[in-house]
Amino acid sequence: MTILEVDSVIKRYGTETVALDNVSFSVQPGEFVAIIGPSGAGKSTLLRCINRLIDVTSGDIRFAGVSVPQLRGAALRRHRTQIGMIFQHYNLVNRLSVIENVLHGRLGYKNTLQGILGLYSEQEKRDAVRILETLGLTEQMYKRCDQLSGGQKQRVGIARALVQKPKMLLCDEPIASLDPSSAKVIMDTLQDINRTMGITVLVNLHQVDVALHYAERIIGVNKGRIIYDGAPHALSNAQIYQIYGSEAGELILDLKERYAA
Amino acid sequence: MQPEAFFRRRRLQSLLFLLIITALTYGGILMTQFDVTQGLMAIPRAFSWAIANFIPDERAWSRLPRILEKLQETVLMAVASSSIASVFGLGLALLGANTTRPHPWFSLPARALASVFRNIDVSVWALILLFSFGQSGFTGFFALFFVTLGFITRVMVETIDEVSTDSVEALRATGAGYTAIISQSVIPACLPQLISWVLYMIETNIRSATLVGILTGTGIGFLFDLYFKNFSYGSASLVVLLTVAVVLIIETVSNYVRRVIL
Ligand SMILES: Nc1ncnc2c1ncn2[C@@H]1O[C@H](COP(=O)(O)OP(=O)(O)OP(=O)(O)O)[C@@H](O)[C@H]1O
Ligand SMILES: [Mg+2]
Repeated sequence: MTILEVDSVIKRYGTETVALDNVSFSVQPGEFVAIIGPSGAGKSTLLRCINRLIDVTSGDIRFAGVSVPQLRGAALRRHRTQIGMIFQHYNLVNRLSVIENVLHGRLGYKNTLQGILGLYSEQEKRDAVRILETLGLTEQMYKRCDQLSGGQKQRVGIARALVQKPKMLLCDEPIASLDPSSAKVIMDTLQDINRTMGITVLVNLHQVDVALHYAERIIGVNKGRIIYDGAPHALSNAQIYQIYGSEAGELILDLKERYAA
Repeated sequence: MQPEAFFRRRRLQSLLFLLIITALTYGGILMTQFDVTQGLMAIPRAFSWAIANFIPDERAWSRLPRILEKLQETVLMAVASSSIASVFGLGLALLGANTTRPHPWFSLPARALASVFRNIDVSVWALILLFSFGQSGFTGFFALFFVTLGFITRVMVETIDEVSTDSVEALRATGAGYTAIISQSVIPACLPQLISWVLYMIETNIRSATLVGILTGTGIGFLFDLYFKNFSYGSASLVVLLTVAVVLIIETVSNYVRRVIL
């Protein structure tokens, strides 16, 4: 049983740029997958096609048995509620409190009036509080988000995704703006969510070492094509060169060796 | 380039600039046959005349209730037109902003409309509207309304794209509907700026409303016009003093509100 099937997806921007060039893969429930590749490889584009923030040009994506490219209106919104998304820049409403931002994760389940007025049930509020507790944000609950550190903001972002009760998380470079120790906290949190809650995680990463450390499976992308799809330990140096090009590949391997030493 | 050469060129540039300004001023004086010495001599005379005539006399003070009533009318008109126009302006901005437009086609018409409204001056709007509404309160109201609408739309389009692009993307990803995204993320994110601009427009519009009132024969502007043309300079002066006082009070209040919300 697969939860996500990406089938011959092509995404063009305009007539020139081919961001995704015939991409196919499938993901089992509960997998932790890292997508790596150089800037402009199409990683963000791929994640955004999965929750339909952008439309594919051709090909099919099936999530939990439902074909995504055809979804419209209420069905599309229902699809999105099942997938949480986490962003490099957290994408919070900075002027609002932590708890309000977290509850935004429930808006996908609301009708128009409830949505406009921001009416949340007692149960939803309790869930939000509990999730903030597990993420260690109890004391920040009523603070405005612009008073938080980067690492705390990202945890709010994760909490907002979790109140959706998602089947899958899409993380677009969740640690690219964080210092190493906050980055570790975030990656550990994602791993914990994946293991204890059984939520499938797809994460775009720039740091190959982090990807190799956390992921059960690596998908390497270059110029919109999948170069590598398999276990981290089977990823050869030659394949890293192929994904990143020779010079950047060299640097990455250097770092990797220093880590191993 | 040597430093001396650089500074020599700088000095030459300044000198040239000074020469051009002098030439323009002198040319202007010659063309308009404006007598500078006489103009300067007139200033003290103008002051003493103003002091003699513009001190509110007893007649002026007896007219105080009527002046205050008209002043209130003008202030309310400015506040009403500013706030109502701001609501519509926000709506138009939501249609025009890249982040919140329902369809890319909405953007250009919304922005173009705002541009037209804003670039026609309030006095010109008043003249245009005189044809449809005559000398009535509506003319002034709509003149202020249109200018405010254009202005608020213009500034809010930028604000919306600046402060809410990221959070809109996040809420779209949760499956939230369009109206929920607007009310839960876009509006909270840009409300402080909106309030600040509305206060600014209220300040501006009280001043404009006074001038427009002279044209349309309404409000405090009408009273000023009336008194001035009847040589009741004392009363006209009281009108001016009170208007200035009100403008200052409103400015103080709105500065305070701004400090609190921003
Ligand atoms: N909205 C867009 N319009 C046009 N071209 C785009 C758009 N978004 C992305 N692209 C192009 O598509 C390609 C893939 O972009 P994408 O953002 O998916 O790459 P990425 O792997 O996420 O890169 P990065 O690591 O820098 O985030 C790039 O060539 C980019 O210029
Ligand atoms: Mg990206």
